[in-house]
Amino acid sequence: MARFGVRPDTRALLVLAAVLAAIPLVVRSGYLLGILNFVGLNAIAAMGLTLLMGYAGQVSLGQAAFFGLGAYTSGILTATYAVNPWAAMAAAALLTGIVAFAIGTPIFRLSGLLLAMSTLGFGIIVYYVQVNWAALTGGPSGLTAIPPLSLGGFRIDNDRRFFYLVWGCALLLLALALNLADSRIGRALRAIHGGELAARMAGVDATRLKLQIFVVSAAITALAGSLYAHYLTFINPSPFGFGYSIELLVMVVLGGVTSLWGAFLGAGTLTILTEALRAIMPRLTGRTQAEYEIILFGLLLIGFMMFLPKGLAGLARGE
Amino acid sequence: MNLADQVLQYLLSGLVVGGIYALIGLGFVIVYSVTRVINFAQGEFAMLGALVMVTLTDRGIPMPVGFLLAALAGCGIGALLEGAAIHPIRRGSALTLLIITIGASIVIRGAALLVWGTDPLPLPAFTGGPPLQIGGAIIVRQGLWVLAVALAIFAGLWAFFTRTYAGKAVQACAIHPTASRLMGIRVDRMFLLAFTLAGGLGAVAGIVIAPITYATYDMGLMLGLKGFVAAVVGGLVSPPGAIVGGFLLGILESLTAGLVSSGYKDAVAFLILILICLAQVARLLPWRVVEEA
Repeated sequence: MARFGVRPDTRALLVLAAVLAAIPLVVRSGYLLGILNFVGLNAIAAMGLTLLMGYAGQVSLGQAAFFGLGAYTSGILTATYAVNPWAAMAAAALLTGIVAFAIGTPIFRLSGLLLAMSTLGFGIIVYYVQVNWAALTGGPSGLTAIPPLSLGGFRIDNDRRFFYLVWGCALLLLALALNLADSRIGRALRAIHGGELAARMAGVDATRLKLQIFVVSAAITALAGSLYAHYLTFINPSPFGFGYSIELLVMVVLGGVTSLWGAFLGAGTLTILTEALRAIMPRLTGRTQAEYEIILFGLLLIGFMMFLPKGLAGLARGE
Repeated sequence: MNLADQVLQYLLSGLVVGGIYALIGLGFVIVYSVTRVINFAQGEFAMLGALVMVTLTDRGIPMPVGFLLAALAGCGIGALLEGAAIHPIRRGSALTLLIITIGASIVIRGAALLVWGTDPLPLPAFTGGPPLQIGGAIIVRQGLWVLAVALAIFAGLWAFFTRTYAGKAVQACAIHPTASRLMGIRVDRMFLLAFTLAGGLGAVAGIVIAPITYATYDMGLMLGLKGFVAAVVGGLVSPPGAIVGGFLLGILESLTAGLVSSGYKDAVAFLILILICLAQVARLLPWRVVEEA
């Protein structure tokens, strides 16, 4: 179908960019900006998983490992070997992409649940390597003194500056991903989703396309991890465990697997809900430092899978 | 301790843990072979069994009674999961059902966190007394209970599947659901029965291991994942395969912890998982780990 004028996605992107650009001018609280920064990081990582789930019909239960690989590659290269942070970030995405290619090449020759299972195993192994290979990763206490990113002498070292960086990256990646979804590759992927055999008959190399999407998904998630490392300037293994892979899955399901915008909706909703619950639950139960929010994650996961498989994005479109 | 004694010690501790993995793995196999669902919540049944048992024992209920009640609680939760979350969307894709059970596992874990809190809770061993000496190695008495209960359950399940009408009906559904339905078997009921059995199996595993490891709300995740690997070793549809897989995994873990590095003990299972996936892709396995879509 031919489209004329400005595409709806482009318009929405421009509106979102304008709203986001205004936020740091209005919001003065570093705490709130910090939360929004995490929304941005999670949105990028969730977008990686949305590409895989929505466009290749596969699920990865090890996305946290790609995030962690990105963070540690950046952290080790910059803090230990004094590499330029931007170069480290590129290396993080590249290395993680290569790792994903190595796992995906054999696995994608089969489909079904094998990718879910092997990424699950891979994710947990990466976690244990981060904890145990102390000489490289700093072990359980992790790495410190990771330099922030800087642009020609302008150091992106506070919440406000990082806000523009992370959301700039998120919007840029979203625009690229939307473009990908609307390209020949995206149409081929949707054809696979509709019926793999039929797509193959029409000349689509389904295996190769799925593998490519998996590699892109891992590299995007690694970029988020790398940004995370340069934002916090210290990392340890605990945020990169299996729990985070599940959180990303919840974000994607909540937002809607078939929509890239869904990743943003899901990441925003879940990150903010989690923060709110962490503030409220200790007052209700008298206990602190417990992950009560997981009940909500589980209920959302079940409820959306059962009743709203298109997620919040589908709801917003009135489907 | 010389090396031979050490290895014997690792083998013994590996067997005990392996018995637990085998019980949980059997739960995966029964559910998967009948329903084609990989039930991610399987490990949470073990956690619930252990914590319910702790509470009952604290209330002064005799341990054998508590054991039965806690196992029944596991059955009940298994049945509830099937009825509430699996049955309504049983025609969904494998990935949809997998994600639903992931959600269920998180809900169960969170509910346990609300009820029991975060502290590890102790459960007394079934029988007191000092550890027993076997050759140059020792085994705690509860370890023998684990093995005895596991063996009793294996025998019971074998009798159920081969000697009872209901057991044969479950097997028939695993082999061919449509043919079973034509023979008058209520396949829906078999779904429920499979989840109920799996809930009970998981709970028993949790109850017998709790005196050794303590019981916490988050013990189910790792137990479930390891049990899953045990089941995958045997091809996900073979009960004897899951039992062998469980003991193999337990022993390999224990040897790794003792001879290589205790930090990587928990990674062994997942390395095996990846190797098996790769072996299936390379057509090296005589059986298939998961069906190929």
